[in-house]
Amino acid sequence: MNRRMRMKDPVAETSLFFVRATIAAVVMGLLLLVLASRLFYLQIVEHHQYRTLADRNRISVQPIAPTRGLIYDRNGVLLAENRSSFALEIIPAKVPDLPATLDQLALLISISDDDRERFETERKQHRRDQPVPIRSRLSEKEVAVFASNQHRFPGVTLTGRLIRHYPFGPQLVHAIGYVGRINDKEWDKLDQNNYAATQHIGKLGLEKHYESVLHGAAGFQEVETDVHDRVVRVLNRVAPIPGRNLHLHLDSSLQLAAISALGDQRGVVIAVNPNNGGVLALVSAPGYDPNPFVTGIDRQSYKALLESPDVPLYNRALLGVYPPGSTVKPHLALAGLISGATTVERKVWDPGWFKLPGDDRRYRDWVLNKGLPAHGWVDAKEAIIQSCDTYFYDLANRMGIDELSSQMRRFGFGQLTGLDVDEEVRGLLPTREWKRRVRKEAWYPGETVSVGIGQGYWSTTSLQLVNATAILANGGHRYELRLVNEIGDGESLQSVPATLAAEQPQIQHMQYLSLVREAMRDVAMAPTGTAKKAFQGIHYVAAGKTGTAQVASYGQNEKYDATKVDERFRDNALFIGFAPYDQPEIAVAVLVENVIGGGGSSAAPIARRVMDHYLDAKAKQGAAP
Amino acid sequence: MTDFGGRVHTHKERYSLLWRFHIDWMLLSSLLVLMSVALLVVYSAGGYDTMMRQAARFGIGLAALVFVAQLPPRVLKLWAPILFVAGVIMLIIVDVVGVIGKGAQRWLDLGFIRFQPSELMKIAVPMMLAWYFAERPLPPRFSQIAIAGGLILLPVVLIAVQPDLGTSLLIAASGFFVLWLAGLSWKLVTGLVVGAAALAPALWYFYMHDYQKQRVLTLIDPESDPLGAGYHIIQSKIAIGSGGLYGKGYFQGTQSQLEFVPERHTDFIFAVIGEEFGLLGGLLLLGLFAFIILRGLYIANQAQDTFSRLLAGALTLTFFVYVFVNIGMVSGILPVVGVPLPLVSYGGTASVTLLAGFGVLMSVHTHRRLLTS
Repeated sequence: MNRRMRMKDPVAETSLFFVRATIAAVVMGLLLLVLASRLFYLQIVEHHQYRTLADRNRISVQPIAPTRGLIYDRNGVLLAENRSSFALEIIPAKVPDLPATLDQLALLISISDDDRERFETERKQHRRDQPVPIRSRLSEKEVAVFASNQHRFPGVTLTGRLIRHYPFGPQLVHAIGYVGRINDKEWDKLDQNNYAATQHIGKLGLEKHYESVLHGAAGFQEVETDVHDRVVRVLNRVAPIPGRNLHLHLDSSLQLAAISALGDQRGVVIAVNPNNGGVLALVSAPGYDPNPFVTGIDRQSYKALLESPDVPLYNRALLGVYPPGSTVKPHLALAGLISGATTVERKVWDPGWFKLPGDDRRYRDWVLNKGLPAHGWVDAKEAIIQSCDTYFYDLANRMGIDELSSQMRRFGFGQLTGLDVDEEVRGLLPTREWKRRVRKEAWYPGETVSVGIGQGYWSTTSLQLVNATAILANGGHRYELRLVNEIGDGESLQSVPATLAAEQPQIQHMQYLSLVREAMRDVAMAPTGTAKKAFQGIHYVAAGKTGTAQVASYGQNEKYDATKVDERFRDNALFIGFAPYDQPEIAVAVLVENVIGGGGSSAAPIARRVMDHYLDAKAKQGAAP
Repeated sequence: MTDFGGRVHTHKERYSLLWRFHIDWMLLSSLLVLMSVALLVVYSAGGYDTMMRQAARFGIGLAALVFVAQLPPRVLKLWAPILFVAGVIMLIIVDVVGVIGKGAQRWLDLGFIRFQPSELMKIAVPMMLAWYFAERPLPPRFSQIAIAGGLILLPVVLIAVQPDLGTSLLIAASGFFVLWLAGLSWKLVTGLVVGAAALAPALWYFYMHDYQKQRVLTLIDPESDPLGAGYHIIQSKIAIGSGGLYGKGYFQGTQSQLEFVPERHTDFIFAVIGEEFGLLGGLLLLGLFAFIILRGLYIANQAQDTFSRLLAGALTLTFFVYVFVNIGMVSGILPVVGVPLPLVSYGGTASVTLLAGFGVLMSVHTHRRLLTS
C-alpha cells in the first residue's frame, strides 16, 4: 500500500486508543496501589516508630534554674541580691551576615572590643544554632533602643535573666565573695542535673562556702517546642526549689564605719561577738567591686586589679599572715601563768635589753628605739601595760618553744578559726618539730626569744588575733568564728549554733585571766597605757593591747626610723581589744600595713571608732521602746 | 435517541444547565471537592491568609476552566501551533535573559504580571502533538514519530537549560503520552525506555547539578545528611508515619504545626494530610484522584476526533504523573523534585494551568456532535 494512500480509519483508531487507555488505566491503578501500600507501610507498619520520632521532635525537657538565696546582714540589709538583667544574644545560624550585624548593633548599643572578643571565643565553642551572648547588663535605654529596632536584627534576641548583684560592691567583697560563670573544671565536679540551667556558681567567700545552701534545687519542664526551639506550650512542670537565704552576724553599718575609720590605708579590721564567735565586721582594705566578675570582667580591668600595688584582690583578712607583735603579750603572759613559768608576783629587771646566758647578743626593748628610759622592775601586769619586751623575752626563754607553742595553740594560733569561708589559712606557730621538718635545722634558743614578742617565725592571721582576743573577753572560751547566724527559706529560720573549738585554753585560776584583762583595760584607760590617747573621753570601759610588728629585720644595734625606710618596709600597726570591759559585746582586731606610727597611734583609734559605733548603735536600740 | 455508545444519559446531559455551559458535572464536582480539601489543608498548614490567596487563585483557575470549556476542540486545534510557537519563542527569551542575568531564570516579567512560559508548555506541547497527529493515519510512521520527537525535545531542552529538570521531564512525559496513545509501537516504547535508561548516567555526569545529584543520593539514604538534603524526606516521613490510621486530627499535626515539615503548604502538603488525617484521609484523597483520572480517560475515550482524544488522554495521564511523583517524593520513594501536588499544593500558576487543562477536557466532552439517527 502506498504510504500516501493510507487513509485514516476512525474505527481502528478508536479501538487502538481504547486499548492504550485501558493499559494506561491498569498501570496507573497499579502505581496508585504502590502509593497506597507505601502509606500503609509508613502509617500502620512503622507507625509506632514514627510516632516516637515525632514526639522526640517536639517534646524536650528543659531544666529551670532555681533562684539563688539572698544574703542579709544582721539588720536585714541586703548584701547580695538577684537583679533582673537583660542580655543580648545572637544565634549565629540565623544571622545572614554576622560582621555586618555586629557593626549595625554597635551603632545602637555600645559593644566594646572586649565584648566582641569574648563573643568570638564563645561562638567557636557553641553550635551555630545556640545563642551566644554579645552584651550583658543592658541599660534600660539600651533595652528600649534595641526593642524598637529588633525587626532589623533576625537571630538577635533580648533575654532577661537574674544576675547576682552586690550593692556594697568593694566594701563587702572580702567577706561575701562573689559568683561567676561556671567553668569547665567546676562543671566536671558538679551535679550536672541540678546545675543544668544554672550559669553561675560561688567562686569565693560565703558564696562559695554556702553554695549548696544558696543554690537550691533545679526544676524542669517538659515543653513542646517548634522547629526553631521556641516553646509552644508547657506539658508538665516541676518547680525549682529556690536557694535558702543567709542571715549574717555581720552588721553592714559597722562594716562601713570600720572602712571609713581605716580611710585609704591598707589593712584589716575584724570585729566579732566574743560570746558566740559571730563576725560583726570583716574588712580587708582595699577591696574591689565584685559585680563585674559576675558576668565576666574585661581583660583590661582585670589586669589593672592584678597589677595595682595595693593588691586589692588579696584578702588580707583571711590570707594575710603577719607577725602579731606585742598584741599577743596578754596571751603569752596568761600562758606563762598557766604553765607556771611565771607567777603573778614575779618581777623582772629591764635594763633596756635582754641577753641569753652565755650569749653576747642583746635583744632590744622597744624603748631604746624611742630613746625612752628602760622599764626597770616589771611584773606580768605591768609588762603588759607598758608592753615591756624584756619581760617577755625572759618569759619565752623560761617557757621554751615547745611549751609556748602548745599553750598558744589552745588560743587558736596556727589553727583555722573555723570561719565559714574556704580560703582561710593557718599562718605559722613555730615549733622545734616544724623547724626540723621544714627548715631541716635545729631550733636555736634565740629564736624562742623573738617569738616571745610576737616576732621571729611566728605569723598569724587577723582572724586568729581577734578570736584569741574574744577568749580573753568572754572568760576563756574559744568559739569557732561564723559569718552566718541563720539560714532561712522564706518561711522559717534555722539558726547556725555557736560552736566551741575542739581545743580550749585550760585556765586553772580565774585570777590569771583577771590579771591579764585588768592589764588590757589599763592599756586603754590608764595614764601609762600605750593606747590611752586613742581611748580618751570614752563613755564605757575598753580593754586592748597595741602592737607594732617589724616587716623587715634589722641589725641588733640598728635604729629603725620609719620616715627613712621605703614605705613597703615600714612597720605594721596592730591593735586588739574588747568592750565593754565587764560584759564584753565586741572584740576587735585591727592591722594597718606600713605605718609611720605604731599600734597605739595608728591602729587603736580605728578599733575605738568601731567599738563606739557598735556600742552606740546597741545603746540606741536598747533605748528605743 | 441512541448513539453507538448506547448511552442513555445523553438526553439529560444535553438539556442540563451545566451541559449548556459546556461543563461536565462529574469532573467539576470532583474537582470542587478536591479544591475544598486543598483549602482546608492549606488553612491548617499555611494559615488563613494563605488559604484566602489560594481560594482567589482557584477562582481565577475556575474562570479559565469555564472559558476554555467554551472553546470547541476545533478552535483549540487551530490555536495549537500558534500557542506552541509563541511558547517556544518565550522560552528562548527566558533562556537568553537567564544567560545575561547569570542565574536560573524561569520567569518572563511582563511588567504587570510575571509569566512562566514553561507552565504554558504543559498544555501547549500535548496540544501541538495532538494537532500533528490529528489528520495523519495512526499508528504513526517512524518519520512522523521522529518529527514528533523533535517537537517534544525542543521545548524540553529549552526548559532543561533554565535549569528546571523537573518541569522539563514532566513536559517530555506529556508529549510522550500523546505519542503512546497515538499508537507508538511497542518496539519503539521498549527502545525509548532502554534509551532513557542509557541516558540517565549521561544526565548524571554531564547535566545534573550537585544539588540534584544530592537529592537522588538522599533518597537512597536520607539519614546520610539528616540536617541537609535528607531533612525534608525524614521529617515528612515522620509526619506521615506518626499520623497512623486516623491521623492526629485537623490542626493537631505536631510535625506540621510546629514547622518540622518544610514547605508544608506547598510541595510537602501531602505530609500534612497524612499526619492530620491519617491513612484513611490519604486513601480517600488517592481515591478522589483516581476518580478524576478515570473520568478523564472516559472523556478521552468518548472523544470523537483524534485531536480531542489524544489531547484529553495525554492531559489526564500527565495529571496522574503529577500525583504519583509528588506523593512518591513526600512519602520517600522518589527523589525530591519540585513537583506540587496538583490542585492541593499552594501555588498560583500551576493551579490555573491545571484547571485550564480540565477546561480542555470539558470542551472535548461537551462539544461532541451527538449522533442523531
